[in-house]
Amino acid sequence: MATTALTPAASAYRSGLYAWLTTTDHKKIGILYLINSFVFFFIAGILVLVVRAELAQPGLQLVDDAFYNELFSMHATVMIFVFIIPVLAGFGNFVVPLQIGAPDMAFPRINAMSFWMLPLGGILLMLGFVTGGAAAAGWTSYPPLSNDQPLAAVGSGQDLWIVGLVLIGTSSILGSINFLVTIFKMRAPGMTLFRMPILVWTVLVTSVLVLMATPVITSALIMLFIDRNYGGSFFDPRLGGDPILYQNVFWFYSHPAVYVMILPAMGMISEILPVFSRKPLFGYKAFVFATAGIGALGFSVWAHHMFTTGAVYLPFFSLMTFLIAVPTGVKMFNWIFTLWRGQLTLATPLLFALGFLSMFLIGGINGAFSASVPVDFALHDTYWVVAHLHYVLFGGSVFGVMAGFYFWFPKMTGRMLSETVGKIQFVLMFVGFNLTFFPMHELGLAGMPRRIADYSSAAGWNDMNMLATIGGFTIAVSMVPFLWNVFVSLRSGKLAGDDPWEGNTLEWGTSSPPPPYNFDHLPEIRSERPLFDLRHGRTHAGATMPDPAPQPTHSAG
Amino acid sequence: MTSSSHALVPSEHSPVAGLAHDQRGGISNPVLGMLLFITSEVMFFGGLFAAYFSVRANAQQWPPDDFSHTLQILPLVGPATILLISSSFTCQFAVWAIRRDDRTAFLRNMTVTVALGVIFLLMQATDYSVLGSEGLTLSSGTFGTTYYTLTGFHGAHVFGGVIMLSVVLYRGMAGQFSSRHHDAVEGASLYWHFVDVVWILLFSLLYLLPGT
Repeated sequence: MATTALTPAASAYRSGLYAWLTTTDHKKIGILYLINSFVFFFIAGILVLVVRAELAQPGLQLVDDAFYNELFSMHATVMIFVFIIPVLAGFGNFVVPLQIGAPDMAFPRINAMSFWMLPLGGILLMLGFVTGGAAAAGWTSYPPLSNDQPLAAVGSGQDLWIVGLVLIGTSSILGSINFLVTIFKMRAPGMTLFRMPILVWTVLVTSVLVLMATPVITSALIMLFIDRNYGGSFFDPRLGGDPILYQNVFWFYSHPAVYVMILPAMGMISEILPVFSRKPLFGYKAFVFATAGIGALGFSVWAHHMFTTGAVYLPFFSLMTFLIAVPTGVKMFNWIFTLWRGQLTLATPLLFALGFLSMFLIGGINGAFSASVPVDFALHDTYWVVAHLHYVLFGGSVFGVMAGFYFWFPKMTGRMLSETVGKIQFVLMFVGFNLTFFPMHELGLAGMPRRIADYSSAAGWNDMNMLATIGGFTIAVSMVPFLWNVFVSLRSGKLAGDDPWEGNTLEWGTSSPPPPYNFDHLPEIRSERPLFDLRHGRTHAGATMPDPAPQPTHSAG
Repeated sequence: MTSSSHALVPSEHSPVAGLAHDQRGGISNPVLGMLLFITSEVMFFGGLFAAYFSVRANAQQWPPDDFSHTLQILPLVGPATILLISSSFTCQFAVWAIRRDDRTAFLRNMTVTVALGVIFLLMQATDYSVLGSEGLTLSSGTFGTTYYTLTGFHGAHVFGGVIMLSVVLYRGMAGQFSSRHHDAVEGASLYWHFVDVVWILLFSLLYLLPGT
């Protein structure tokens, strides 16, 4: 039910380019995050289409080995650091202040700065392609490969990679501080911690992970930079350094980063499933504690990426890795029991959410295999790992992002995306995704190593590779209806109204798009579903404007 | 639900009592932001320290023969340490002064703090040139690499802190702070204390911990 009567139209955003470039409005910055992320998503997608085309058949048809290394390294780097992490931060930026009834983020200008570091960082990463070769040591950039000049790619690509990532990391850290202060200090009256929507909880835990982990990779990158450029010897065994040290410091960030890449997507799913099954989320508190548990355990599993180095204590890291499956399993049951006997509306957001659920389940199971040390020794650095990480990051995060995009697009623009085109996109993406990555399990078991440009035609990997390439291009095709849908809907989509989905959370209580100050009135907040309560007469709409600076109900201490 | 009920929250019982409060009690947004930023800085130095411990534990001999007497507490580093620790005190005196609206004492203590910070940086630069002339450089093995990386990043943070405190001093001279409005002073001061603590840890590791 609407509590405001502003005209729902995209015209609220139709201010000049200058206003967009200088905005400190969290909603506009959130949309800028999304636009920037999707631009880099398409760039990284094109890079990997060349990779898949090269791998379709044995032999080197399109690119040479060196350029192939640049392609897959930059594909992963851009996808992780300039697409998945920022796109989720973008949804957080747009939705979190609305969901907690705040007028904006705590530090709007720092928010703008966090955003503008991202395109700059992305450009620095890509700049390597025109300065004599981009980074080519994989997204992990282990020394000595990334360190030793004879082995590493010539040119400044690797240094640009380091500088770009430090910049993007700084942007993430500032963003996480902003989210934490906003969530702790800017909540509307009545919005206690345990009445916060699940998405806000997941952004909170994600921000803690970013805050604690990202500075550590910054230190690793800086040490690598010193080794490369100033004769340092952190990672050079000939001078007393230790290459395994880099792996430890790198994964101390990069494993928690895995949860940075999935937790907000889980949060979005947890907002979408209750709305489209017309039930409250099953086990709200269990979900919150499971999220916090994943965050805490996430810091104790980094060395499962390093089992085969022989330099880590295997039983501990194996046990912790199995343990982290427990809170994740709790969440699976939260979602399944939310759907159970619900009144399902199979709209596009729910379809993508179900895609997330099923694909992330597979990604969780094939990941649990590698937590077992002997299995990991066999599967390490094979296509099994590629299959696993894509089932989690694409089948999980990207399907979650798409679900969130279809869900909040009406709130962002005031217009609906086409359901028909959305469903076509879903089917193409779902089929293409499984066609690409399911065969990779088979390839991994058959022993195909990752990060190779060529393979023997006698190895028996030909058919599976061809299948994966067909799937990869199917995913690319699924982007056509997506872009078409956005383009057409922005011009002439059906008007959304304030609350097209009968949502539960506060953002559906203001106009679409919301005014710059977000809310004219806030309804009473007596549960984690204030709009549901209002719709069913459990509470009444607030009669007065909230205080310009909303009051927290708990002090941060 | 009204703001008045929250304005009555007794802030002196808050675990953060003494820090700058917003009108309704609890910690203010900028100070909370600074504490979180310091958390991330702790993790950054944590990464560098972890590397130092790892490299040092792997070494046969620490410090290596060439540099067994290179790092000396006197004449430069010891006094520099005392100056930096003193600056933390003057910084806190400035904070206490502005909390009771004593702008004169605030400006005097803040000026001393900035000056001490600058002197520390000059002494560090002198120390670097002395060490360089004795042959210890960033590329002289893990000993030199870790020494210059750790102290260099600490120095960079001191530099950042001096800039921050200078802005606070400038704004203070413009009369922008009072007992009710001085979040920037509290934030900059917290940061300065953090930089000081890092130096105490670094000094203990590099100069006091016996070699192997």
